[in-house]
Amino acid sequence: MTALVLAHFVVAVVVLASARARPVIGAVVGCVLFAATAVTIGILGIGVDRSRVETWRWIDDLGLQMAFRLDGFAVMMVLIVSVIGALVLAYSIAYFDHDETFVRFVGLFVAFAGSMTGLVLSSDLFTMFVFWELTSVCSFLLIGLNDRSAQARTAALRALVVTGGGGLCLLAGVALFQVLAGTSSFAELAADPPAGTTATVAAVLVLVGAFTKSAQFPFHFWLPGAMAAPTPVSAYLHSATMVKAGIVLMARMSPIFGDLDVWRWMVVLCGGTTMILGGARAMRQVDAKLLLAFSTVSQLGFLTMLVGLGVPGATYAGVAHLVAHAVFKAGLFLGVGVIDHSTGTRDIRKLSGLWREMPAVAALMCLAGASMAGLIPLFGFATKEKALVALLDADVGSVGWVALGFVTVGSVLSAAYTVRLLRGLFATKPTTRDSAQGHMAQGHMAQGHMAQVRHEPGSLLVGPMASFAVASLAGGLAAGVAGRWLVAAATSLDLAAASKLALWPGINTALGISVAVVAVGAVIGWRVPVTAPPHHPAVSGERIFQHTFDGLVEGSKRITVVTQSGSLLAYLAVVMSVVAAVLAVAIFTDPGAGLRDLVVADSPVQLAVSIVAIVFAFAVVLARDRFVSALLIGGVGFGCAVIFATFGAPDLALTQVLVETLSIVVFLLVLRQMPRRFAADPTWAPQAIRIAISTAVGVSVAMFAVMVSGARSAPSVGEVYGELSLPEAGGNNIVNVILVDFRGVDTLGEITVLAVAALGVTNLVRMALRHRKPAEASDSETAQPDRADDAGSADRSSVGGQRP
Amino acid sequence: MSRRSVILDEADRWLFPVIVMVSVYVTFRGHNAPGGGFAGGLITGCAFVLRFLAGSDLRIRRSVIARPDRLIGAGLLLAVATALTPVLFGDSLLESNIWKLQVPLIGEVKVVSSAIFDLGVYFLVIGVVLAILLALGTDPSEPVEEREAT
Repeated sequence: MTALVLAHFVVAVVVLASARARPVIGAVVGCVLFAATAVTIGILGIGVDRSRVETWRWIDDLGLQMAFRLDGFAVMMVLIVSVIGALVLAYSIAYFDHDETFVRFVGLFVAFAGSMTGLVLSSDLFTMFVFWELTSVCSFLLIGLNDRSAQARTAALRALVVTGGGGLCLLAGVALFQVLAGTSSFAELAADPPAGTTATVAAVLVLVGAFTKSAQFPFHFWLPGAMAAPTPVSAYLHSATMVKAGIVLMARMSPIFGDLDVWRWMVVLCGGTTMILGGARAMRQVDAKLLLAFSTVSQLGFLTMLVGLGVPGATYAGVAHLVAHAVFKAGLFLGVGVIDHSTGTRDIRKLSGLWREMPAVAALMCLAGASMAGLIPLFGFATKEKALVALLDADVGSVGWVALGFVTVGSVLSAAYTVRLLRGLFATKPTTRDSAQGHMAQGHMAQGHMAQVRHEPGSLLVGPMASFAVASLAGGLAAGVAGRWLVAAATSLDLAAASKLALWPGINTALGISVAVVAVGAVIGWRVPVTAPPHHPAVSGERIFQHTFDGLVEGSKRITVVTQSGSLLAYLAVVMSVVAAVLAVAIFTDPGAGLRDLVVADSPVQLAVSIVAIVFAFAVVLARDRFVSALLIGGVGFGCAVIFATFGAPDLALTQVLVETLSIVVFLLVLRQMPRRFAADPTWAPQAIRIAISTAVGVSVAMFAVMVSGARSAPSVGEVYGELSLPEAGGNNIVNVILVDFRGVDTLGEITVLAVAALGVTNLVRMALRHRKPAEASDSETAQPDRADDAGSADRSSVGGQRP
Repeated sequence: MSRRSVILDEADRWLFPVIVMVSVYVTFRGHNAPGGGFAGGLITGCAFVLRFLAGSDLRIRRSVIARPDRLIGAGLLLAVATALTPVLFGDSLLESNIWKLQVPLIGEVKVVSSAIFDLGVYFLVIGVVLAILLALGTDPSEPVEEREAT
């Protein structure tokens, strides 16, 4: 299993790195990989009594491990991920223009499939979290695939912020479980569920994480935005797989925490609100893809309620409907993609009479749509029927009845928006003024009011879509068989969740509800005019999010302006005052320590050099000329080097001399660019204050040094190192052995800092040169192509990429 | 930088190789006597300063080896590789290995793996000095000071 997951990432990297010339090959390899995954998992997982487990050590100290488990539910999810993945990828070969974005699409698509496969196989919350975040990142990159569109970038960022924020909640919840129960494994949590307030908080945090990922109210708004992605991405990530990650997590957790009132009510209220809100918003859309996006939101709310309740019957129904939804929704999305590809629009106001021109596509979409509406004899009917029966039978008190109410109203809306979608796409409509206007404004077609079929869709476009539609029908006709297959998946979540599906359930309450729902829904769907203008609610999650997000950015900018004045003098004043204050506290806790053993000087040389250095130091302060003070500082440094040498530290002295030499050169190079003399004192920092701060720092550092030298209580490490130096590290020079061996990791860190600092200096100087002489720089940039590139990227980042 | 000094020119020509040789010596001597990669790198840095003062930065730029980014990268890579190699063999990070080789005519030569680490430090420090020197030393625009004077 681990090898399969890794294979996805390897293929993804290879495709991204090498398939620039022939991306189709990458896509074909991806399809083969998906097929291989499906077959392998099928062989390993189907009909096996004991689930396969693979565990890898990760961070022992924290008790973390990478753990995979192939139980019935995992098998089902992997099959969904890989089979739908293969079909959608095949479809995308015909859908995309074969340009740069297609290479990226294929690579990221395979990487996403790998993340999703890892996620559904995880038997441990931490493992799941890792793949969870990977899917968020892949989703971000795929939504923003068209990086020239500002709308796509905004949508991608929004999705990332919402799902990433949810990921943080999930991480917090997982960490709480790890602390409380000492484990993050689903099986161990189920065996001994933690209880108490903290456990409830953790469960709620996990639930919030699941809600963000599965676009539940109040986090639902990112999903319609994600439709900025190309259709294959929407079909795969944002309807069939990634948004199911939250459902998967809830499915794993709700048998453990379903008993909690908070859990149950949150699931039902949020899921129910989402189901109705999504359905209602879908009724106002004119873009077929957005309509489907809102219907996905609605269906996810439905699944959340079923799976999150933690009632065996509902869990089984949830698992079944998860499959049904993945199949029909992928089919519908691909169908809309086919129409978009053939006619150039997805606007249902502009499409008319398509059933005559594309009868096959229309028939297939109607099949998938009928499954979404819950019509007999399709798969969606069987699963929805099962859900109603389960909710009617669920013995959980008022929460069950509330859920049933939500599901009934939501299903009415499902039927209604299905009618709206199919009628909008295919029916022959009279041309209205409204649509004509919209069309002129868009200037889509040169002649006529309605969009025309420009070319017939190829078999590679229709084939995958047909598979989904036929599967929806087959699942309904052979509901009994499909239902038996799903038992293994449902019982691996909850042992009691064994049930069956049936095409004809017999006359019962649930069937009555179903019939009423479809009838009412169809009437509503037919009565609401297709041409109604898109509705923008005054209060929406999207706006609230955008206001909060903008507010945060604006607020941090203000804080930055207040705290970062940009004045070197101000920074120094703050830093130095803090240093002096902290050291003063340390000194006053033990005044006079170390003063007793103080010696003026060990030798006349030390005394003489010290006096010279002190004189230099005073001269630095008095000098009015930058060059002079730089040289005088160098003098102080050389004085220190001599003192190091007299104390028997030749290494230190050598390094100090070299550093001083180079520092002076660097100083002089910098000072060439600066005024010769120091600037006048700023008014806010009169000389008296500056002298006070400087004196305080000088005195406190000196006193602290004296105090520290007298405060040694343990034996010096130098002695230990001295003994170990030759036998352990084979060197006589202790200082060097410490640097490259005993404390070698420190050195490694320090040289890394040096490298980064050098890069910083280089780039700062380059930036400064560009800012100083914009006119001259633009001349030189045309001559130097690499500079021009840099300038271009800087421009792009500064204006937020809105290039004309 | 138009005024060039013959003395500096000649000093650079003759001293540059000598200083670099000294720096290599100091680097490898460091294990047993004062020196080491850091000091060695700084000494070579001083050699480049001399060359910079003598012939401006163009002379340094013409040299193929003296590319700061490459030197920094190579140095960091060498140091990290030396640090990580023992981990592959199950030892701890930066564990020293001591080899004693019999070299004809010279006799026994002791090689310590940490010398390679120090060599990485050496290259990196040269790179850093060069990077700073080239960044700050190259300025197409005239200094502010002169502009103010005119």
